[in-house]
Amino acid sequence: MFEVLIDYWPKLLDGMSMTLKLTFISVVIAGLLSLPLAILRRSKNKAFQWPIRLFVSFFRGTPLLAQLFLIYYGSGQFREELTDLGVWWFFRDPFYCALFTFALNSTAYQLEILRGGLQAVPYGEIEAGVALGMKRTLLYRTIILPHTYRIALPALGNEIILMLKGSAIASVITLMDVMGHTRRVFSQTFDISVYFWAAIIYLMITTLFVFAWRLLEKRLTRHMYYPVNNKHLPAPKALNPPKETCHVN
Amino acid sequence: MEWFEYLSFGKNGWGDELASGLGITLSLALITLPIGLFLGFSVAAASVAKKTYPRLIAFTFTTMIRGLPELLTLFIIYHGVGLLLNKIIKWLNPDAGFFELSPFVAGIIALGLVFGGYSGEVLRGAWQALDKGQREAALATGMSQLQIFRLIELPQMLRLALPGLGNLWINLLKDTALVSVIALNDLMRMANIAVGSTKKPFLFFLTVCLTYWAICIFFEWCIARLEKRANRGIRTS
Repeated sequence: MFEVLIDYWPKLLDGMSMTLKLTFISVVIAGLLSLPLAILRRSKNKAFQWPIRLFVSFFRGTPLLAQLFLIYYGSGQFREELTDLGVWWFFRDPFYCALFTFALNSTAYQLEILRGGLQAVPYGEIEAGVALGMKRTLLYRTIILPHTYRIALPALGNEIILMLKGSAIASVITLMDVMGHTRRVFSQTFDISVYFWAAIIYLMITTLFVFAWRLLEKRLTRHMYYPVNNKHLPAPKALNPPKETCHVN
Repeated sequence: MEWFEYLSFGKNGWGDELASGLGITLSLALITLPIGLFLGFSVAAASVAKKTYPRLIAFTFTTMIRGLPELLTLFIIYHGVGLLLNKIIKWLNPDAGFFELSPFVAGIIALGLVFGGYSGEVLRGAWQALDKGQREAALATGMSQLQIFRLIELPQMLRLALPGLGNLWINLLKDTALVSVIALNDLMRMANIAVGSTKKPFLFFLTVCLTYWAICIFFEWCIARLEKRANRGIRTS
């Protein structure tokens, strides 16, 4: 069981860096794209609304594997046109294709989450900002966005974990992430325990991520916790005056 | 249009092959659903149990399933269970030949485990949201545990769990594409084979995407109707 780990740990480590790279870059790109798109999606203009709706529905309604094949293999059908455009180097590389697909997929999911978050901001807060004469940008920066992200944070964390797990699909188009190396080692040694080690790696990454994300959530909602060090404050007075007893009987 | 010729049914087109793949995809999902749901109910029951061990087992199971990529689960089942079965067969009968787990069965087991792990959480949430007084009232009228579950808890649970289960069903449908990696002739793999001989990858993968999209939209519509029906007795503002 441990021989596999001793023999192949550099490969698994290499795969881990590839998995993290894929997940991190695509999630960050999606994070940057999804916010403006979510705001556009909420605009009343149908010309903005419908393309974004279609985009979200398509990427959430089709398997990630099919999307990856469509972009990586499908681009081969337009090789000449893409070469003329000067972007063939991008679609030829499995890494860029995987990044592109994952980023678009994650954008669709994050967009929906942020849309829900934007919708859930209490209207009174926005009205109060408007009443103070805040401009749109200031309103977004200081009131709407902090609240949106506070609401959306748990769901965004789930989405990032889904992306991390989804990135295992990249091994199908010959990218050597954890899954890719694991499959290769298994085909060389026929030792089932390599899958066990891969499982440990994935579980470890997810657990660490969940822990880190919880810290971030705590940081963003710090106004909702009582300060721990409040001994120097005077003890609160009793808020409710003692109730008078009633004598009915 | 030469594109339609490729997709036509018959000798020259790939339409019939793709349709047979679609049949396998749908049957895989439909067979997995009851198995996964049964597993989900068991996990939910274990995670609300009073004893520690069932709860521990349920927690470990859901954490594992939710932390592992579906592809990895599939490979562990396909290779791992195959090897295990072979060892058992060898131990029982040393002369037996090599037995290979069929990809279809491996797909059902793996997707069922994934569905069970996720739906266990959804069902547990619904179970815990039920009014405790109803159970006590049922006990007081002398109903058996099975009757309480079947007549009182299940109908209310399904209403609460329906949105979550609907999402999981859509996910299950999309995850069936993964079994093409272990050489099951589903829609995705049929498209792969077609691409191999026609060299029209964009056309066929676009067809696959659009097919999945149509299926998902159809089931989303079904789920919305089911939810409407399940909520018909609930007063809304």
